[in-house]
Amino acid sequence: MILEIIGTTSFWYAVLRVSTPIIFASLAAIVSNKAGVVNIGIEGTMLISSLIGVLISAFTQNVLVGVLAGILAGVLAALILAYCALHLKTDITLTGIALNLFASGGTIFLLYLVTGDKGMSGSLKSLVVPTVHIPVIKDIPVLGEIISGHNLLTYLAFLCVFLTFVLLYKLPVGLRIRAVGESEGAVASVGLNVIRIRCIALILSGIFSGLGGIFMSMGYVSWFSKDMIAGRGFIALAAEAMGRGTPLGTLIASIVFGFADALSNYLQSLQVPAELVMMIPYVTTVVGLLIYSIKRNSKNKFKKEGKNESKINSYVN
Amino acid sequence: MVGKTILEMQNISKVYSTGVVANQNVQFEIAEGEIHALAGENGAGKSTLMKVLFGIETADEGKVILDGQPIQIKSPLHAIEHGIGMVHQHFMLVPSLTVAENMMLGLEPKKHGLIDYRRAEAFTREVAEKYNLPIDPSAKVSSLPVGLKQRVEILKALSRGIRILILDEPTAVLTPQETEELFHQLLAFKEQGNTIIFISHKLGEIKQICDRITIMRAGKCMGTYDVSTVTEQEISSLMVGRDVILEINKKPVKRGEKVLEVKNVSQMHGQKKALNDISFNIHKGQILGVAGVEGNGQRELVNLLVGKTFVTDGEILINKVSLRGKNVKKIRQMKVSHIPEDRMIDGAASEASIEENIISDKNEAKYLNKGIFMNWKAIRMMVDKMIDYYRINCDSLRQPVGMLSGGNIQKVVAARELARRPEVVIANQPTRGVDVSAAEFIHGKLLELRDEGTATLLVSADLNEVLGLSDDLIVMHDGEIAAYFKDSAQVDEKELGMYMLGSEKMTKEEMGGLFDE
Amino acid sequence: MNKRNSSARFEIIRTAVAVAIAMLVAVVIIFSVSEEPVNALYNFIIGPFTSLRRIGNVIEMACPFIFTALAVCVMFQANQFSMIAEGSFFFGALCAAVAAIKLPEITGLSPIIALLIGTVAGGILGAIPGFFKAKWKTDEFVISLMLNYVALYFSLYLMNLLIRDASAGSKVSEKFQDSFQLINLIPGTRVHMGVILSILMIIIVYVFLYHNRWGYQLRMAGCNIKFAQYSGINTFAVILGSQIIGGCIAGLGGAVEMLGIYNRFQWTSLPNYGFDGITVAIIAKKSPKLVPIAALFLAYLRIGADIMSRSSDVPSEVISVIQSLVIVLIAANSFLSGFRHRMLVKESMKKPMVEGGNEA
Repeated sequence: MILEIIGTTSFWYAVLRVSTPIIFASLAAIVSNKAGVVNIGIEGTMLISSLIGVLISAFTQNVLVGVLAGILAGVLAALILAYCALHLKTDITLTGIALNLFASGGTIFLLYLVTGDKGMSGSLKSLVVPTVHIPVIKDIPVLGEIISGHNLLTYLAFLCVFLTFVLLYKLPVGLRIRAVGESEGAVASVGLNVIRIRCIALILSGIFSGLGGIFMSMGYVSWFSKDMIAGRGFIALAAEAMGRGTPLGTLIASIVFGFADALSNYLQSLQVPAELVMMIPYVTTVVGLLIYSIKRNSKNKFKKEGKNESKINSYVN
Repeated sequence: MVGKTILEMQNISKVYSTGVVANQNVQFEIAEGEIHALAGENGAGKSTLMKVLFGIETADEGKVILDGQPIQIKSPLHAIEHGIGMVHQHFMLVPSLTVAENMMLGLEPKKHGLIDYRRAEAFTREVAEKYNLPIDPSAKVSSLPVGLKQRVEILKALSRGIRILILDEPTAVLTPQETEELFHQLLAFKEQGNTIIFISHKLGEIKQICDRITIMRAGKCMGTYDVSTVTEQEISSLMVGRDVILEINKKPVKRGEKVLEVKNVSQMHGQKKALNDISFNIHKGQILGVAGVEGNGQRELVNLLVGKTFVTDGEILINKVSLRGKNVKKIRQMKVSHIPEDRMIDGAASEASIEENIISDKNEAKYLNKGIFMNWKAIRMMVDKMIDYYRINCDSLRQPVGMLSGGNIQKVVAARELARRPEVVIANQPTRGVDVSAAEFIHGKLLELRDEGTATLLVSADLNEVLGLSDDLIVMHDGEIAAYFKDSAQVDEKELGMYMLGSEKMTKEEMGGLFDE
Repeated sequence: MNKRNSSARFEIIRTAVAVAIAMLVAVVIIFSVSEEPVNALYNFIIGPFTSLRRIGNVIEMACPFIFTALAVCVMFQANQFSMIAEGSFFFGALCAAVAAIKLPEITGLSPIIALLIGTVAGGILGAIPGFFKAKWKTDEFVISLMLNYVALYFSLYLMNLLIRDASAGSKVSEKFQDSFQLINLIPGTRVHMGVILSILMIIIVYVFLYHNRWGYQLRMAGCNIKFAQYSGINTFAVILGSQIIGGCIAGLGGAVEMLGIYNRFQWTSLPNYGFDGITVAIIAKKSPKLVPIAALFLAYLRIGADIMSRSSDVPSEVISVIQSLVIVLIAANSFLSGFRHRMLVKESMKKPMVEGGNEA
């Protein structure tokens, strides 16, 4: 039965579609992780962006403005995170948790205030980012059906993976971000501002989170609903870990989770009990993380503590 | 002859958030073209003063005057712009980046917006040649040995056009030979008209290359003197406030039977041998010193002895009982104590109280528990006695250990480890970062235990300590025992350096005394 | 003595200021959003005290908060950042519900058995991230978050499979057998025996952490795990144990809530008590002694917001703004640190500095 599903092109089309928000979110995770900041607030940031995109696109009836507003919201959320974690020096995990709490209730609050809708933006005529049918490619048998006809944001997501690679490894700002994540002291000793670099990394993280959130409410579906991100912001953290923090590795990990997500969607329409099926993406993440850490552990037996370890230790008090 | 003053620090005061007064109304001035030593015990405030100068910390009060003009140094960038550079004790390098990337951080050469790696490497090569400190620009910093890492640090500072170079305890990680090389470079740098501030508490080195010396004690400045006219005794007494006995008084002790036996121990670290066929014995009443540059197997050896890692190749026996398969707890139960190299990482929990720290290895003991409840009354009585006996300077036994000075924290560690009258003591850098009086105290305790029959392994990078305290000593190089000296008091430092560097190695016959029954 | 007292005093001031600022922000929001702000504010602040039933609501709500906050305290003090309290709570509640429907009734013992089952269920769930962290250093944070969702869907699946009430219109379970329900303590409210249990739990956790050697080992490992290893403490046991204990307490909390307040299992999504537990634990500075006050406070805010949303035009979600602000400000290490620094400078400059030896 599963094989039948996997055999269709529409399934793989769905995989790419469903991976999109995870790809964006995991890029957000990579950039901030490289700067030494574990962005737990990606989930909340995405949620806020998804609401703002819907609200603004509905009120301005302009897709581009809506998208930009959503991205801006993501950046603002990231800046708030940066202020709390870097300036007030609140533990980064707690700041992320606070942001997610705020987003969860705050989005419902704002939606109700603005539209009177409680929990879902039913009454809004919000817009959707257009899908693109690529001229020559769409006619290729099999591949064409999988690759062409996606939402513009899906193509953007894949482009962003490449852009992130260039950013981190070819641009000065990327070098500084990687440096600050490994050795604050080194960066400070050459007179650079550690906090500023981390802020920049968080802003980039916010942009990617914003794009991910916008896709959810303006591409995946065309409305906002309560807690619609459903943990993808956290799955992205797992994808980043499994992808060893490299853009390509993370892309692959994200698509694996997209696969699980798409599979669960398809299975729900069959006789399999809905609840069991909805577990699939999350169970996949758990299994993926377990396999990853078992492998990493046996390799790293002689090496010193990895980056993730020291970050976790930095959660102390 | 002293040139004109180029830098003055006036009335500098700084209090840390832990409440420690690091600097109190310090006056400091340096002249152009001199090598100026800044001396003091650990915790005297010399590092803090320089951190203020370099912009890493801001002073609570006071001002800095450069070339007659008052300046504000709010960040290292400012300091660098004013021509002040600093090479830190703990290197500030990014391990996974190359030498060139580390050098160019913040000044990255660009081509069409992207980093121009070729120019970065060329620039690095230029600077290395200019100061005659050769280095491979494309090498990953994590792969470099300690001496070369320091070289990158120095090049980093020099490449940004500085004329006042601050060096924070630069020779702490170098062999005698590398130290000589460093001194050559520093003198050359001075010839070019530049100024050096040399932070150290090694009086011998200060005497060797410095022109003047400023002494700090307990956050205050005790004065500036000409190195040529002041004696080591005078410097010490200013640093501590009384005549510190530079010699350690040891009684000759009759050696008992073997307590610790290490037999043909080897350990692999990936493909490399971290330890290669190590064998030695320590008897009751003996302190065996381990000299050597850090990273030559000492840490691995200590880890095996205390149970942090397991013996798989060879045998270690304590009182004829094998250590195989025994973890840290079991080894501690064999009356083995461990003063760790890094007290803040292993030896203490800074947020926990003094009493919580002291009982960490005894928390399951019957006399400290009443059934399932801990007996805090008994614990407090015991800890109070220890605080008294070890003269630990604190407000109360409930005070978080992190609020104490380095020397007092080490005394807490020592109290925990030594008060239980252990059979074996593994002391790893026991007085690193500790003020002279606390160090003296700890040395005294180690000698006391030795006199009562404890077998001690003393690993130390401080040559004075390892030569003065131990009865005999081994030199470790590249995971092997390179030399054995039967009488530490007779060892020649230059000869020692040759073994430490691996230029020479004794044969098994020459090390005969090591395997005495 | 000086330094420690001023430090404690400072923390209290800081917590109070943080709460005050958050409340102020809430007041500002209410004023800017509502047509009748004074009415809204009155309902928010005074509302919970206006009837016995409402006071009861505050106490009832504080009960699950206490359980999850205690679970979080134990785990956070061991430096384990597992978020499993949410999932353990839910799964514990579900298992207790199944027990309350399927198991034979035994007078006197019924609720105890059901509560125990819920506790064990929560512990088993908590053990999963705990085991993997202890054995393979897997990051417990993300895994526990994922497991919360897994616990949710698995519990709903079990509910459907085992105890679904076929005759009911919505997805709820059959009714619990009477003897399994927890006794009501205060007539006119829903305050139940579980509240007593929560107080008991506070005492047990406090004694465990501060007067028992394993609790001590847990705290030392939480302070500095390398130090604990060096001292011979079994850190594997601490990592695993602390997360199991946390899961158990949360599971018990879920079971208590289910058997105390409800007579059917009717949840269809995560009730978020886990994250509230984190809020409470942070306000209580991870100390079991302060958990009851913090729990009552948050419960008071929640009930107030609820009353406000029902009698005015301000939605209850305003509470999430307050909650998140409180978390950030209280946990902010730099918050007011400038003030503290100046306090310290003044104090320290007065004392004569003596190195080594005893104080002058």
